[in-house]
Amino acid sequence: MNWTWFHKLGSPKWFYEISGRWLPWLGWAALVLISVGLVWGLAFAPEDYQQGNSFRIIYIHVPSAFLAQSVYVMLAVAGLVGLVWKMKLADVALQQAAPIGAWMTCIALLTGAVWGKPTWGSWWVWDARLTSMLILLFLYFGVIALGHAITNRDSAAKACAVLAIVGVVNIPIIKYSVEWWNTLHQPATFKVTEKPAMPVEMWLPLLVMVLGFYCFFAAVLLMRMRLEVLRRESRASWVRSEVRALTEGER
Amino acid sequence: MNFSSFSEFMAMGQHGLYVWSAYGISIAVLLLNVGLPWLAKRRYLQDEARRMRREEKR
Repeated sequence: MNWTWFHKLGSPKWFYEISGRWLPWLGWAALVLISVGLVWGLAFAPEDYQQGNSFRIIYIHVPSAFLAQSVYVMLAVAGLVGLVWKMKLADVALQQAAPIGAWMTCIALLTGAVWGKPTWGSWWVWDARLTSMLILLFLYFGVIALGHAITNRDSAAKACAVLAIVGVVNIPIIKYSVEWWNTLHQPATFKVTEKPAMPVEMWLPLLVMVLGFYCFFAAVLLMRMRLEVLRRESRASWVRSEVRALTEGER
Repeated sequence: MNFSSFSEFMAMGQHGLYVWSAYGISIAVLLLNVGLPWLAKRRYLQDEARRMRREEKR
């Protein structure tokens, strides 16, 4: 396998150029997929025979919960890459992905509470799935706070990487919480090995929404990382000419 | 279409308040996630351009 792309990732300039080319595509894909998924899920999917229309919250609850967990795994991978190969861009990715992951966890928890009220009769229960998701939110807060608390960038990167890697133990706990303990939360909607326990008209819009949320995350992450790269490399000549080019119209 | 009228769509069979508030919160958070970095970028570029102009004058 050719590994030059991996080494090129260490170059902020190369990353800035390539991400600028991907960003519009990802942004449009996210917009189209989320719009289609919203209309499809809200107006066209059939209602649930038990939960009626409140089940439609699934179309934002499940994608955001998926993303909340995937982003944390991504933080741990970025942390590992940063520790092993001393790649600066891995730290940029870690620091910039953490707030998006925290927001996604917030969406999952809030929509879960709003869904729980009509379905379970309660906004919140100290159930294994809900509690482990709350812990995930606190782990995100920990990574963000640690990143801001340490002024030395290399020390901050190392500390955040270690916290992200240690905290990843919470991810299998979230995933299997509905199987290990008697929870109020329903079991997984999607499984890789089995057919979904829903009719096609219900899970197809969900799949569209999940893909849309992943594209959304990728687009917002690139947006944030590009700004951070400009900040960190503000002395480099290519950054100065880029800033000049971007602000030319305002002079 | 699963609903026969717009008012039925808004009512979501007694669950309207729950469904619409969940969607409202989520869309607001998604927009915030795009808007805040966009504003931060604009502010940063303005500050940087001003700083560079000041350095050129010296």
